[in-house]
Amino acid sequence: MNRIDKKFRDLNGEKALITFVTAGDPDLETTKKLVLEMEKNGADLIELGVPFSDPIAEGPTIQKASLRALRGGVTLVKIFGLVKELRQETDMPLLLMMYINTIYRFGTKRFFDLCVENGIDGVIIPDLPFEEKDEVDGYAKAADVRLISLVAPTSHQRIAEIASSAEGFLYCVSSVGVTGTRTEFKTNFDEFFSEIKKSVKIPYCVGFGISNPEQARKMSSYCDGAIVGSGIVKIVEKYGKDSVAPVGEFVKSLKDGMR
Amino acid sequence: MSKIGRFGDFGGQYVPETVMNAVNELNEAYNKYKDDPEFNAELQRLYRDYANRPSMLYYASRMTEDLGGAKIYLKREDLNHTGAHKINNVLGQILLAKKMGKTRIIAETGAGQHGVATATAAALFGMECNVYMGRTDMERQALNVYRMNLLGATVTGVDSGTATLKDAINEAMRDWTTNIENTYYLIGSVMGPHPYPEMVRNFQKCIGEETRAQMMEVEGKLPDAVVACVGGGSNAMGAFYDFIREPGVRLIGAEAAGDGVDTPRHAATMARGSMGIFHGMKSIFLQNEEGQIDEVYSISAGLDYPGIGPEHAYLASIGRAEYVDITDEEAVQAFEYLSKKEGVIPAIESAHAVAAAMKMAPTMSRDQSIVICLSGRGDKDVFQVARYRGVDLSE
Repeated sequence: MNRIDKKFRDLNGEKALITFVTAGDPDLETTKKLVLEMEKNGADLIELGVPFSDPIAEGPTIQKASLRALRGGVTLVKIFGLVKELRQETDMPLLLMMYINTIYRFGTKRFFDLCVENGIDGVIIPDLPFEEKDEVDGYAKAADVRLISLVAPTSHQRIAEIASSAEGFLYCVSSVGVTGTRTEFKTNFDEFFSEIKKSVKIPYCVGFGISNPEQARKMSSYCDGAIVGSGIVKIVEKYGKDSVAPVGEFVKSLKDGMR
Repeated sequence: MSKIGRFGDFGGQYVPETVMNAVNELNEAYNKYKDDPEFNAELQRLYRDYANRPSMLYYASRMTEDLGGAKIYLKREDLNHTGAHKINNVLGQILLAKKMGKTRIIAETGAGQHGVATATAAALFGMECNVYMGRTDMERQALNVYRMNLLGATVTGVDSGTATLKDAINEAMRDWTTNIENTYYLIGSVMGPHPYPEMVRNFQKCIGEETRAQMMEVEGKLPDAVVACVGGGSNAMGAFYDFIREPGVRLIGAEAAGDGVDTPRHAATMARGSMGIFHGMKSIFLQNEEGQIDEVYSISAGLDYPGIGPEHAYLASIGRAEYVDITDEEAVQAFEYLSKKEGVIPAIESAHAVAAAMKMAPTMSRDQSIVICLSGRGDKDVFQVARYRGVDLSE
């Protein structure tokens, strides 16, 4: 059974905490420690950001993290190597968050073969909308890797079609704009989530702009879990190789906030 | 693969979900108005009374005589209002934005010509305008930055990446994602997600249509070749489009080879690029084996882009259009040559097309003809060319 599906089954209604770090920021060794520390402190699923030169869906925090990782010489092959090492120590769901060009250029079949070989359970591709998902969908299904679909507050009439065919979990983008922390949300969440609820058959989690335990608690009350990225990456930016302990504490505070 | 907005394998709509509805809304609006008589009458009126269309076709007799081969004609897009072909597309899109009820216009710009054209049209229509421009480009095109401010636009400097055109596009896309409800993203080239490549080409195809009529009038036959510079490729697509169905007309795009295609410093997408998916489209890009987009270079800020519009990629793939490389040095020589021979200072972008034609003309016979799309005027580049030649113009 795919680890994402199994995790949500095992959570059995408990809110999922999904955390994100950019792979290779500041180096892959630290990324490995961060993943294991986040798991220890309550992260249920983890997204590894594959750095891209031009991440158009990201705010400044993750843009800078991508650049740091690229300057450090990270490649997709090295990230698969990290995943392989992680699989010796953890059975938690691991996803890659990445841009379509990275997969396309690498070779779509080869990419999904390596996902299977090294133990990746899902991929999130922010610049691959529903209309273009055939680009990878067949390969992902054959590999039993979940292609995570996104819906946004601007999706409106698109929600039904996207949500009903989504797999793994549905990624609900909290608000318009790029990734990054927000002090307030303008989205009408009751409306947004009631629309989603009508057609979704799988767990649905909310992300973009969630950066403290209070926000994680409030936002996950609408759905099955919360996704936190930039808030964590900021700590990595500040502490670099010494970020493992503070990230662990932060993740624990998020999970505690959601209980 | 979806069938939406494809030129062969190229094109598509690879954008974040947050902007998909805006892209679809734009597509619907464009399809509603593109054949609407009232919309087109209004656009034609703007072309004629405001932008100074049709642009002239000028027989460059001294250049022709000097090169001793094919007759050279210049399609004078440099005489348009704002000094380049960019205004053709901008007027079409801003009219559409108005019909769609948008109140805020954003745009990216490289050389600043598209930014100036957008700021101009936004002033004309009384709309708020924010132009994204790489910090490096702001420095080499300071005059155009001042011009945009004068026209009431805000210019936002982009420091990320290489601080050039591609980074300005990234930032404009991020703005669009954030301010989707009231904002219209006015893309300046035949690139981005569908419908932009097709729409921008259609707003530029007047270049080729006029050229056909003008050539028939003066020569009584079609040109043997149409030459245009290619960054994203909008003036080239506009110049080429009406001739695609004429197999006797060679279509030649001149890419920026910077220091040369065998050096790391160039922007020659067709010569050295590979297939990829970026900025909303599947096309050809300069990228490394990991799919990271290359840092590109050209003396010309308008050609300094690591990709090319999907329709160009398609025309190249079926062998209908040819793409040649012109170095900085060749472009600067052509810039100086046209200034001295014809009294026309071309944009450094357009000088790439002039350089390509200068190579071709002597190999052709005197009863043949070449049309160069002179996409813009060169006032903005004088400072940059002087610096390239080691002349310091600063006070």
